[in-house]
Amino acid sequence: MTDKAVQSETGTSGEGCGGAMSRRGFLGISAAATAITLAPGVTLISPAAAKPADQAASPKVRWGMLVDVTKCADGCDDCVVACAKENGLKSHNRPETDAQWIRKVTLIDKANGFTKTLPVMCQHCAHPPCVDVCPTGASFKRPDGIVLVDKHICIGCRYCMMACPYKARNFVHEDTRGQKPHAPRGKGTVESCTLCVHRVDEGGSPACVEACSKGSGALMFGDIADPNSAISQEIAKYGAARIRADLGLDTGVAYRGL
Amino acid sequence: MTKKIALTQVEGRSSGWYGLLVLFGTVILAGLGSTWYMEHNGHWVTGMNNQIVWGMPHVFAVFLIVAASGALNVASISSVFGRNVYKPLAPLSALLSISLLAGGLAVLVLDLGRPDRLIVAMTHYNFKSIFAWNIYLYTGFFVIVGVYMWMMLEKKMNRHTKTAGLVAFLWRLALTTGTGSIFGFLVARQAYDAAIMAPMFIIMSFAYGLAIFILVIKFSYTWLGRPIGAYVCLRQRNLLRVFLAAMLYFVAVYHLTNLYATEHHGVERFILLEGGIFTALFWIGQIMIGGIIPLVLMFHPATSESRIALRIAAFMVIIGGICQMYVTIIGGQAYPLVLFPGMEVSSSFFDGQINSYTPTLAEIVLGVSGIAIALVLVLIVVKFLKILPASLADSAFDPNYVEPVIHPTDDEAPETA
Repeated sequence: MTDKAVQSETGTSGEGCGGAMSRRGFLGISAAATAITLAPGVTLISPAAAKPADQAASPKVRWGMLVDVTKCADGCDDCVVACAKENGLKSHNRPETDAQWIRKVTLIDKANGFTKTLPVMCQHCAHPPCVDVCPTGASFKRPDGIVLVDKHICIGCRYCMMACPYKARNFVHEDTRGQKPHAPRGKGTVESCTLCVHRVDEGGSPACVEACSKGSGALMFGDIADPNSAISQEIAKYGAARIRADLGLDTGVAYRGL
Repeated sequence: MTKKIALTQVEGRSSGWYGLLVLFGTVILAGLGSTWYMEHNGHWVTGMNNQIVWGMPHVFAVFLIVAASGALNVASISSVFGRNVYKPLAPLSALLSISLLAGGLAVLVLDLGRPDRLIVAMTHYNFKSIFAWNIYLYTGFFVIVGVYMWMMLEKKMNRHTKTAGLVAFLWRLALTTGTGSIFGFLVARQAYDAAIMAPMFIIMSFAYGLAIFILVIKFSYTWLGRPIGAYVCLRQRNLLRVFLAAMLYFVAVYHLTNLYATEHHGVERFILLEGGIFTALFWIGQIMIGGIIPLVLMFHPATSESRIALRIAAFMVIIGGICQMYVTIIGGQAYPLVLFPGMEVSSSFFDGQINSYTPTLAEIVLGVSGIAIALVLVLIVVKFLKILPASLADSAFDPNYVEPVIHPTDDEAPETA
């Protein structure tokens, strides 16, 4: 278990919407995480907490997210707000062209009326259609599974937007102002959730996960390639579904209670 | 009996020639102005958005690219399938195909989010992308059809015409397969993700390209005062009939296949019954105007021999083709992605909703400018190269003709136009 994983995964184990984590809770979770690390005895040396800037992303890691739909609160959009703030996404009061890297989707089961709500963002597929169709290679997948757009070689053809099954990509329809240095945006190029790669590379977790951990605690981030990580253990214990699993894209984002 | 049908230039000094040049030039300038407007402000000033990401420019661009391949029909039939009667028209067929492709690609490039990065598209390739393959297919088409024209027009090279024609024929099949596959390979979209889209686009290209060819012949020969005989018209009519019938067959199979699969009932219901403008454009535009009525015109005893009816039919096929592209491209995006089958879905990002699109003037002008680019290229090239047969009269196009020889003579005086 890495320091990062500990940080991320503890961050997602909050105690309900609006609840603050107690010192006791923190210690308990830390101990559990440490136990997970030490029990198999093989993960003492794992990827470093923060990846040095000159070091390539490791293929031994696959960053992923688990969404616990049963905890995701109706009417709560903390993750959406945090994402927009973190990445400098501003509304122009034009909903059809405004960027939304993450959005809350409400589902009503037509058969019985059961309603649930969940966030949908780039699913960081292992076999991303957006990467397949991109003519220039601007859409790419890092060795650690994070799917990104190279803004320098994106020509704005939007073929990736046609190909993405999750409607996760946005086209920048206007001049961008107030950009964040860690999240460059450019008029005429395509963008989507980066899994807050700038935070992840520094040992942190995505802004949405952090925000959710202070409330519902429905989001968990970690290394899904490591069977001993908390996220993998959670998935192994309770199971998880993928959106459009029939497409066989092996998404990095999984949903519990979907 | 071997007749020589001279290919001649047009003089290109008449007021009519300059008038057309000014007309097409003005439309092209308007198209460039539209691009500047869209690129300067960003695409929010268009009808396109995060739901409908490809709009009116793509309707025109894909139509022109598909038609480009089809415009090569006449040349292919002459060189590959040995129908010598088409030989004198083959150079115009090749020129029109190159010009239409140039027009379509120009629109496609000018609508990019970053058209200034065209050089990036030419230097960075992802070979798994059908778009990247198409960049090769398109540039290869220019080169191959260009060489093919050279073989046809240069007497010394005539013996290579058949080989060049065969390569061009195979290439254009690959090219339209590539264009159809842009949609066919999109696994997530309900309206696409169908292997039949590639052959369907090929047969559509045959029809659209021939229809444009028929009208270009008509207007250029009327304008030049050169005769067109019934024989050429009837041959083209026969071809167009076959292509239209085949196109309707493919459209029927595509929809029947979808209708058989329950998961596609939603999108079929949308396109065929409840899609508003898309349903109207499908039934009235694509099927009636673009298929049934032209077929009736070309088969009914009262009109089947009429050249005016043929031209009306050709014009209707073009209108139907643009409607088809609108239904395929915009309609395919208007129907929402199905992320959660069986669920009623809603969000602030228009999940689960039929997406709306209202094309703006700028987009339409940019699209139409692609047609102007194609036509202005033809207008200029026929001035400088001997492309147009001196006559399409029946006397020159005798059905008993064995082997007409293209003979671009230097001593032939260009006709005044």
